[in-house]
Amino acid sequence: MTTPVKEPKNTAKRPHESRLKQLTRHQLFIPLAALALLVLFNLVADPSFFLVTVKENSLGNPVLSGNIISVLDNASELVILAIGMTLVTASSGGQDISVGAAMAIAGSVILRMVCGGQVTADTMQMSLLLAVLIGILVSMVFGAFNGVLVAYFKIQPMVATLILYTAGRSIAAWINNNQLPIINDLGFKYAGTFLPGVPIPTPIFITALIIVLFWLALKRTNLGLYTQSVGINANSSRLNGLDPKLIKLMTYVILGVCVAIAGFIRVSRSGSINYSRMAENIEMDAILAVALGGNALSGGRFNIYGSILGAYVIQFLTTTLYKYEVPSTALPAYKAVVVILLVVLSAPVVQEKLAGIRKAPAKTAKGVS
Amino acid sequence: MQEGAVLEMRGICKYFPGVRALQDVDFTLREGEIHALMGENGAGKSTLIKVLTGVYPKDGGQVHIKGTEGAAVIRSPQDAQNAGISTVYQEITLCPNLTVAENMYIGRTRGAGANWKAMNSGAGKILASLGIPASPRQQLGSCSIAVQQMVAIARAVDMECKVLILDEPTSSLDEQEVLKLFGLMRDLRAKGVGIIFVTHFLEQVYEVCDRITVLRDGQLVGEYVIEDLPRVQLVSKMLGKELDDMADIKSEVGGASVSLEGAPVLEARGLCSNAGIKPFDFSIHKGEVNGFTGLLGSGRSECVRAIFGADRVTGGSVKMDGRDVKIHKPLDAMKQGIGYLPEDRKGDGIVGDLSVRENIILALQVMKGFFRPFSRAQAEAFADEYIKLLEIKTASADTPIKSLSGGNQQKCILARWLLTDPKYLILDEPTRGIDIGTKIEIQKLVLKLAAQGKSVTFISSEIDEMLRTCSRLIVMRDRKAVGELKDEDLTQARIMATIAGGDEA
Repeated sequence: MTTPVKEPKNTAKRPHESRLKQLTRHQLFIPLAALALLVLFNLVADPSFFLVTVKENSLGNPVLSGNIISVLDNASELVILAIGMTLVTASSGGQDISVGAAMAIAGSVILRMVCGGQVTADTMQMSLLLAVLIGILVSMVFGAFNGVLVAYFKIQPMVATLILYTAGRSIAAWINNNQLPIINDLGFKYAGTFLPGVPIPTPIFITALIIVLFWLALKRTNLGLYTQSVGINANSSRLNGLDPKLIKLMTYVILGVCVAIAGFIRVSRSGSINYSRMAENIEMDAILAVALGGNALSGGRFNIYGSILGAYVIQFLTTTLYKYEVPSTALPAYKAVVVILLVVLSAPVVQEKLAGIRKAPAKTAKGVS
Repeated sequence: MQEGAVLEMRGICKYFPGVRALQDVDFTLREGEIHALMGENGAGKSTLIKVLTGVYPKDGGQVHIKGTEGAAVIRSPQDAQNAGISTVYQEITLCPNLTVAENMYIGRTRGAGANWKAMNSGAGKILASLGIPASPRQQLGSCSIAVQQMVAIARAVDMECKVLILDEPTSSLDEQEVLKLFGLMRDLRAKGVGIIFVTHFLEQVYEVCDRITVLRDGQLVGEYVIEDLPRVQLVSKMLGKELDDMADIKSEVGGASVSLEGAPVLEARGLCSNAGIKPFDFSIHKGEVNGFTGLLGSGRSECVRAIFGADRVTGGSVKMDGRDVKIHKPLDAMKQGIGYLPEDRKGDGIVGDLSVRENIILALQVMKGFFRPFSRAQAEAFADEYIKLLEIKTASADTPIKSLSGGNQQKCILARWLLTDPKYLILDEPTRGIDIGTKIEIQKLVLKLAAQGKSVTFISSEIDEMLRTCSRLIVMRDRKAVGELKDEDLTQARIMATIAGGDEA
């Protein structure tokens, strides 16, 4: 807590760097603090929470097991969605509530491809890579559908995506003629479980890869500048040569890719699909992750790492609650309490008050100089 | 408190990170006076007003208001309103999607219910008494900007304020509307209201004000009775130096003679757009500065927007350096070497939450392409270069542009286009709402650019600014180009006559 007092001196020396650092620190403060609290709680309540052991999985392979592994593993879909949701939020100032339903569509398409239309398949009928690519393509089309409604027809994102939110799961069921295909090929489940000989769940690697890809994209392209500029002031952006509609559409298509990958991981975990329950309510968690990461849901400025961190915090919380055997029906209530706390803490009003308290000693220091 | 004072501010201090925005500033407002608050951008006018209205907490000093014992506590705009201080800001802060009456009563009704009938009839009475041409049931967004401004004032007046603050109220009004506003201000003065008037228009200060308080660099320069402070002295007090003769800037930079031979840099024939302008012809040569003039709404801005591709072009042809070009969208124009500083700085110019650096590099970055971002070091070098060159006052290149003063924001937009090294630069009202020092800087810059061989189209509501910079003027009336003036025809009287259309009869 002494750092804020020191900061003004830093600012005087190197205003550029330290201010930037100050900002990042500021934005990530809430999710980091929440994470720290959760860790602390588990440390005090039962340190064995953090125990990672080697166990044999159902195939008899030695794999890592423990709550931490399960947090990292189970957060995968949410993290990937949160990344795409952040971009959509930044460019269009609204959220896509159809991601859960769209995940079901992508999962259904991939299953249909690998099962080759059969209800039960013991071997994959198509190369997995091709099936996933088709899933991504279909998902991009649905993303583009949302994007066109938002960008070109100027429908509010939540209303525009409500269409697919409502219809998506029926479309997913229709793709497989209302049947529940099951694939028993082990190769299909590698992505959702373990690669042979690797003790760490594969979704963790996929998520890491996606994070690195977006880190590169933000570094090597103008994705960040363009989406933020369009989200903050579309008129100015247009007069500077940008096409705000196209950029908004692009973010929805990118979210479509994220949705397909998350959907693939989800069906790959079990090798089957439950159209109505798969990834249920995940859209709300994804939106919450964006907000928790300190990003304004009204768009503009964003920090993608905040959203990623937010997603892990949400999963950490869920896993903690499961460990203490909170019944799954009561889970949402517990979650809500924590969410209220986090959201109130990160609200600008409260932040200002907190900043005021922290600033008080700093001001006297400045008065002298 | 002094005899007759309604408001006294003593020793007001306000610090921002790295900036002393206000230092020990005193300000006194008396009953029934119109008091101008003057100063350059960044002098502290807006900050003082925001402290007074509770938008910013003050870091030192006291505020006394007539009728309250001891120092007044103003922690929020609501407190200020309750203490009898009403503010009308430069940018309209009402809700365009509500009706005029709702806007006038919003946040002021007690209890949960709203008495629509009373609201509408009450609003109607006030509007009528102030002569504002709006219906209470009309959506505010459907009124002109000027009427919206007046509704904001009507709202303030209706709250029976003791202190009325008008922050640049006239910057979007035409002459008639300004006169109407002044009438309104005089009426209020007669009723004993103290009015703080912030403006950049010197003529207006001398027309309606009783006293002037001048700020410079966050400090009080002094308070003067208007008769004791001639215009030249006021300007020199604001700038803190003797003003070089403004009429002389053309000769100073060297009014380079423009060769009108050869192909024009840009030549448009029969250009028109979906913004409703009549087809017009236009050309500009290398090193030339020309301008569009006309009343507000005459189509000046629409002409340049059509050239830049900002509105959808519906007809006509454009040649650059003698070659046919197609400009459908701003990016096409940018690729041809055209830059455009738009009229509406806040709505079309700045990208508020982005940093000064990102705002400066934006246009060049877009031209360079999506997959080729500038390195951080390169972007910083660009920003630092132009911050220094144009003397942009900002805490750092990372500061969000929206926290800069209007003039400095405008300089950032200028920097953005200068960075693209355009052949032809369009400046639509670059000097609106900014202080006189920066105005002159911008005018000098325009002439300097022309001397370097760039072509500039300059638009301004202030005719003397245009006379000082342009060698040719296109006069617009009712969305139609009605004349072109140059050389000996470039006089104030001649321009007025052409705008008014007297010589056509």
